[in-house]
Amino acid sequence: MAYSRKVIDHYENPRNVGAFDKNDATIGTGLVGAPACGDVMKLQIKVNKDGIIEDAKFKTFGCGSAIASSSLITEWVKGKTLGEAQAIRNTEVAQALALPPVKIHCSILAEDAVKAAIADYQAKAGASAP
Amino acid sequence: MRTQKQIYLDYQATTPCDPRVVEKMLPFFTEIFGNPHSQNHSHGWLAEDAVEKSRTQVASLIGADPKEIIFTSGATESNNLALKGASGFYRDKKNHIITCVTEHKCVLDSCRHLEQEGFSVTYLPVQSTGLIDVDQLRQTIRSETILVSIMAVNNEIGVIQPLAEIGKICREAGVFFHTDAAQAAGKIPLNVEAMNIDLMSISGHKIYGPKGIGALYVRRKPRVRLQAIINGGGQERGMRSGTLPTPLCVGLGEACAIAISEMKAEAARIKILSDRLYQGLTSQLDDVYLNGQGAPRIPGNLNLSFAYVEGEGLMMGIKELSVSSGSACTSSSLEPSYVLRALGVEEELAHTSLRFGLGRFSTEADVDKAIELVVAAVTRLREMSPLWEMVQEGTDLKNIKWSDH
Repeated sequence: MAYSRKVIDHYENPRNVGAFDKNDATIGTGLVGAPACGDVMKLQIKVNKDGIIEDAKFKTFGCGSAIASSSLITEWVKGKTLGEAQAIRNTEVAQALALPPVKIHCSILAEDAVKAAIADYQAKAGASAP
Repeated sequence: MRTQKQIYLDYQATTPCDPRVVEKMLPFFTEIFGNPHSQNHSHGWLAEDAVEKSRTQVASLIGADPKEIIFTSGATESNNLALKGASGFYRDKKNHIITCVTEHKCVLDSCRHLEQEGFSVTYLPVQSTGLIDVDQLRQTIRSETILVSIMAVNNEIGVIQPLAEIGKICREAGVFFHTDAAQAAGKIPLNVEAMNIDLMSISGHKIYGPKGIGALYVRRKPRVRLQAIINGGGQERGMRSGTLPTPLCVGLGEACAIAISEMKAEAARIKILSDRLYQGLTSQLDDVYLNGQGAPRIPGNLNLSFAYVEGEGLMMGIKELSVSSGSACTSSSLEPSYVLRALGVEEELAHTSLRFGLGRFSTEADVDKAIELVVAAVTRLREMSPLWEMVQEGTDLKNIKWSDH
């Protein structure tokens, strides 16, 4: 299977690989997918007090398209508000990476990972609110 | 997409034609082009002589009589002919076939087709080694059983089924034993008499011969009758009509002749290479598992799972190596290998497997380069694998509630 140049670039030079302390109140962590399905993404966002995503990190178990989707979406969420990040659609990721139809699920997983990270952050913020 | 030097490690998918084979074939495209079935002139006779010599060479590889060899287009056709041909011929008396779940798709799909035609098929499970349980086979045979079809060597994991034991059980029970020997012929000693094999499929391009040719061994004593699938001029004793492709027959014959004289030394050489590959990888990487462990295997196959690294993602990181993945993503389906699943390999591990196939032209330098590339790619991908991170932190992945998708 031929990969697009963008997929290869993100696979070979993934942006924002790494991890934040998931217990930190400013961090939201999303873990989506399943090992049995061949894809797992862990995406973390660091949110500042203005509600802006200041930084993002990911780790992904999956094919090149899954790694590229998560790498790209971590670039996109940085600098966005939670609402803006929430609005990122998988189709935009798929289009940007020129994913073939059998790899669309990789972009869906990336969108889900962002949503899961935001939900985790909000749940933690809600719980710690006075 | 090719970089400098691509290293071929996929000898179970196909093999290059041995240059000695090609050399023997060439005159039969141009000078000796006659139809081997033309009985009235020397052009035909010369071609016929070449075809018959090849038939003898194929027979010699498996301890058969040349009259028992039918040329076909390849192992897929041979398997189709054995299964559908025998079932078709004996259908008035019997209606049951036994095979196993890890067979090649062409055997399984032929069996599905026969089921639709009203035959009953039993698919034997395999143990974690990849081998069938011969006692279970014995108990599965019934008075309506026509034949048992069990592959000699598995294409994905390289394990060798207990052919002599299976043959003995079948002979005692009075049922035919067919074996798909596409991955076994020329790699391990095979003898249709000693192993009580009644039908055997052979492929040209898996043994350094040309693509587009194969053979089916059909026992004469006791005789196995087949209903032809391809009808026509009655060539190949009526079991497979069509003009024989003389150059391809010559190529298959020569490939068999080379295998006879070199098999032993070649197997020893390849075993040293595959041991070097296995040691090189497992000494530098943790959590690498050999699939089909505990069974006798051909030396040229290593099917390994690299836990916490997805197979297709890994292949992308070792693109100088031509290997095959047991993971889902290379095919359009999302299911991991049915062979690995049948061994009881968990889905998450099945997604992390690669098949390394070594053969005649593999070198120590190829193996060393493969070790270097795989170790580097697995190490890098584990650093970015959330599963690896969790396991390093002491999390049991089984305790996590994973989302379905």
